[in-house]
Amino acid sequence: MISTDNDPVETSQSPRSPSGKAFVMISVTEPVKMGTGVQSYISYRVITKSNMTEFEGPEKIVIRRYSDFEWLHDKLSEKYKGIFIPPLPEKSAVEKFRFSAEFIEMRRQGLDVFINRIASHPVLRKSEDLRTFLLEEEERMERIRSIEAGIFSKKSSDIFQMFKDVQSKVSDVVLGKEKPVEESDPEYEKLKTYIFELENHLAETQKQAFRLVKRHRELGQSLADFGKAMKLLGACEGESFGKAFSELGSKGEILSLKLQKEAYNLLMNFEEPLKDYVRAVQSIKATMADRANAFRQHCELAETTKLKEINLDKLRLMHSERAREAEIDFKESKAESEEATKRFEAIINTMNEELARFQEQKTAELGLAFHEFAKGQAKLAHDVADAWRGVLPKLEAL
Amino acid sequence: MMGPEEESMETLTLATSAATTAASDYHSAISTSTSQEIHRDPLLSPPVPPNFALSPSSSFVDPPSYSDVVFTPFNSSNGSVSPSPSSSTSNYLRITVSDPVQEPETVSTSLVPGSGSGGYFTYLITSRARDGTDSQVRRRFRDFVTLADRLAESHRGLFVPVRPDKGVVEGRVMKSADFIEQRRVALERYLRRLAAHPVIGKSDELRVFLQAEGRLPLLPTTDVASRMLDGAVRLPRQLSGVEMAGPEEVVQPAKGGRDLLRIFKELKQTVTNEWVGARPAVVEEDREFLEKKDILQDLELQLTTTSQHAENLVKAQQDIGETMGELGLAFIKLTKFESDEATLDSQRTRAADMKKVATAAVKASRLYRELNAQTVKHLDTLHEHLGIMLSVHTAFSDRSSALLTVQTLMSDLSTLNSRVEKLEAAASKIFGGDRSRLRRVEELKETIKVTEDAKFCAVREYERIKDNNRSELERLDCQRRDDFLSMLKGFVISQVGYYEKIGSVWETVADEMHEYSRVKESNGQ
Repeated sequence: MISTDNDPVETSQSPRSPSGKAFVMISVTEPVKMGTGVQSYISYRVITKSNMTEFEGPEKIVIRRYSDFEWLHDKLSEKYKGIFIPPLPEKSAVEKFRFSAEFIEMRRQGLDVFINRIASHPVLRKSEDLRTFLLEEEERMERIRSIEAGIFSKKSSDIFQMFKDVQSKVSDVVLGKEKPVEESDPEYEKLKTYIFELENHLAETQKQAFRLVKRHRELGQSLADFGKAMKLLGACEGESFGKAFSELGSKGEILSLKLQKEAYNLLMNFEEPLKDYVRAVQSIKATMADRANAFRQHCELAETTKLKEINLDKLRLMHSERAREAEIDFKESKAESEEATKRFEAIINTMNEELARFQEQKTAELGLAFHEFAKGQAKLAHDVADAWRGVLPKLEAL
Repeated sequence: MMGPEEESMETLTLATSAATTAASDYHSAISTSTSQEIHRDPLLSPPVPPNFALSPSSSFVDPPSYSDVVFTPFNSSNGSVSPSPSSSTSNYLRITVSDPVQEPETVSTSLVPGSGSGGYFTYLITSRARDGTDSQVRRRFRDFVTLADRLAESHRGLFVPVRPDKGVVEGRVMKSADFIEQRRVALERYLRRLAAHPVIGKSDELRVFLQAEGRLPLLPTTDVASRMLDGAVRLPRQLSGVEMAGPEEVVQPAKGGRDLLRIFKELKQTVTNEWVGARPAVVEEDREFLEKKDILQDLELQLTTTSQHAENLVKAQQDIGETMGELGLAFIKLTKFESDEATLDSQRTRAADMKKVATAAVKASRLYRELNAQTVKHLDTLHEHLGIMLSVHTAFSDRSSALLTVQTLMSDLSTLNSRVEKLEAAASKIFGGDRSRLRRVEELKETIKVTEDAKFCAVREYERIKDNNRSELERLDCQRRDDFLSMLKGFVISQVGYYEKIGSVWETVADEMHEYSRVKESNGQ
């Protein structure tokens, strides 16, 4: 289960000072708006601090944009089947929201988490593409990115895959197999059900968390308005009364600000982690799709190989000249089939490791999110109580 | 494992969603909390006992006076709320309106057979007077209208509490269970306000209403139609100016068909006052009164805005409590799911963590909603005082119409007197006297005498109303100060108490999760 050559690597998720162990710390910082109009985008400063030679330590700085991160994500998804590739923050956003401070910060945070997860993954951190991403100059990066976009763009590779799928479906029908071939492992079935249901539950909690953020903002707004109105009402009354109303009104306005702050805190440190959790589960689903593909290929090629073997035997019996061709053909097919089976089994093994890792990671991350949530709520509640308590002496005096 | 608790969680949400779909009215928050009392969830801490311990670090001292307000769950006796402290000096110790019963109409008033809604509702009114008399009577809404009209007539110048509205739309709307319940509550509050008024509380009209069994022995105001008919018959004589109004009738404001002539005259007077710029003989000179009026106008404006924002605040508090509860529910479901499906220890740990957070969220949600019930109770004072403004308007317009009557009579008098002068002058020029003219002078002098008596009554009435206004304004100022102080204190105290509780709930969870904040070394197997 444990692969070789994986000394624990410290990353920015563990801010303990490097103790001679290999470490790499990446930060995604300083979002800057570039370009104008429809062409505009945000660029980020990616700072890699490391004592490892492969990361050109001690420090390397590059400028990257969202599509660069996307490129890295896609490359890793292609090359590392079976691994749950860390999810990217959302691609698109409503136009006017795209450059809002909140969205930019959320995205920056998401990208930071993304890149560090890759750097702390025992397998992914060794990837060439990661090094390219972290180290290449901007122009080269741009060229690399656009090349990939041209030839192996997601769209065209999707179309390619679609053709293959149709092909295999057609042959299935021809061969009399209507249904797509699926694994019949009961354990795996359970896992699939678990993942799908988990996504639903998580989506619900994330929805409520988002609503809670909104409620905080609304409460803040209503407190501010109420406070102002109370001040004006107090002005109608006499001196001493007016002061009490005024004090109450001011507290209302102060608390309104605190509520807005807590709403932001909730959004960043509670709602976002939940959304991230949902994305992670979706990444698992993508891996499951990969596994299904690998399984199908393995089955198909095994089937094809068997047919070729039968054909070969027939030709041999008939002492046909085509027997030699058929033998070569059969051997090729067999090799392919064995490759496909190996690939499939590799994915299974990787997935099992990944699952254990995923669950542990999520427990830690969610635990942190819960802590932040509870802490924020506790502080807010105490602040509110303190603020109102401050009004009491003025009221007692009346 | 989660069965019964989860069920009660769900009922918790269901009860809330039912309440939210009802009117987002101020008072729906009251019914929300009432239903919460029924659906108690065993998962949460038991209902707050009187000696609920505050966290030791709390600097919030003084248990006795605060604990009543903070720790008593919202008191719901038939859903009604006790009015302002002045009710403790009320003439009646207790008034309740209950048991709405539908009675069939004795005579069908609808033209289309079968379209009638089957009758009207009566309410049981129980009361105990200061002298210990217990009474129980049945009244219908129409009786309340009669009571209100009678009180308005006999207590001009006082701030007479305004009665609940009639239903806006006839037919189904009037009979829905919600509407009947809202009306019952409104009628109860109305009677209590009447009883709390130092003058009205002791009035005969109220006593008769509360205590006289059988049909209400108060004369209802005749409806306009019959008055018009009445008026039409008498109009010719009125126009000729011979009809003499009795002085007692004068003191009542002009209304309805009988007083058509008087209305015309007073209207003419108003026009004179405003357009011709002729300074009437008597004006509103009371500067103190005018200043007070301005202040009250300003107050009314602020009250309107503030009460609107208070409603928004209540809604926001309700919403946050609700969403917090739904978040807790969602986490509960996820926890159950994870622990059922757990194959790894990390999952079990996570499920356990999540459960703590979920429980806290549900607790907090309940606290928010209890707080909101208190907030509604306290901020309701704003609504009350807005309602009182309506009474003030009526009292002030009583005053101005009384003044108008005086002005009209005075202008009448001066007209009559100048006519007499002219006639006498003309008559004296004819040698031997002018018998017809002299006779007319005699008649006019009779009219003048009657008019002077009327004017005397009118002035007396005007002065009475002015006195009423003055004493009421003083009373209102006192009441408002008391009520506002209560409101501010109550609001602040409940905010402090409940937010402290909410804070300690979350603090416990934060402490339990503290280990996660020490960022772990990322695993690299």
